[in-house]
Amino acid sequence: MKIINEMKLTFDARSVNEGFSRAAVAAFAALLDPTVEELSDLRTAVSEAVTNAIVHGYREQLGKIFLTAQITDRPGIRIRIRDRGVGIEDVEQARQPLFTTAAGERAGLGFAVMESFCDRMTVRSTPGVGTTVTLEKYIGGKPARPD
Amino acid sequence: MSARIEYHQRAIRVFFDGEIDHHAAGLMRVGIDNAIMHKRPQLLVLDFGAVTFMDSSGIGLVMGRYKQMKAVGGSLRVENLSPAAYKVMKLAGMDKLGELHQKAVNH
Repeated sequence: MKIINEMKLTFDARSVNEGFSRAAVAAFAALLDPTVEELSDLRTAVSEAVTNAIVHGYREQLGKIFLTAQITDRPGIRIRIRDRGVGIEDVEQARQPLFTTAAGERAGLGFAVMESFCDRMTVRSTPGVGTTVTLEKYIGGKPARPD
Repeated sequence: MSARIEYHQRAIRVFFDGEIDHHAAGLMRVGIDNAIMHKRPQLLVLDFGAVTFMDSSGIGLVMGRYKQMKAVGGSLRVENLSPAAYKVMKLAGMDKLGELHQKAVNH
């Protein structure tokens, strides 16, 4: 799969930036001429990953979130969301629906939403180092061209 | 994101407007729970008609209010969900839990 366009964002792990980050990815993905549903699925998945980084990765302490979005010739989009937070001890357990370590009203469905709203999701995490979530979504529409 | 709360005889209606995410849900929760505590309504209606985005934070928001309403012996209804918001709710099995109503579609 060839990467034909890329953008990177670094932003503070503040909850106000959840809206900003999904809007930025949606604007970038618009180059692929996605359907309303494809775009909505993508925004939802990005929102889940960024929220996880804020709530779980950094435990609502301030840190930086690193987001890379790549348009591929499949055509589709690949988004990598990385934090330098606490990491996940057991990724398989964290991926189970309804599992959550957060107090309050987190439904424990972040990974389930990402998985079902994207075509591919991978999670790499090292306790004490951080977590990287990679989301891939194929977008029908027209073949992507860099020009 | 905003929530307008309307008081009827035995019911409270909440009209959400804008994007529901983790950030917004945290802000919405307190006002609604205060209204439930003071009015102890029989019915809480959450109207999603003007919601333009919702992630799994919306599930937590509804589940939390469902528990609050059970505690005061009332019930909860979710109305005017967009297809996208309904898809998120359905993933959580919320369609089995209570009353979810989608937005009427005009063909």
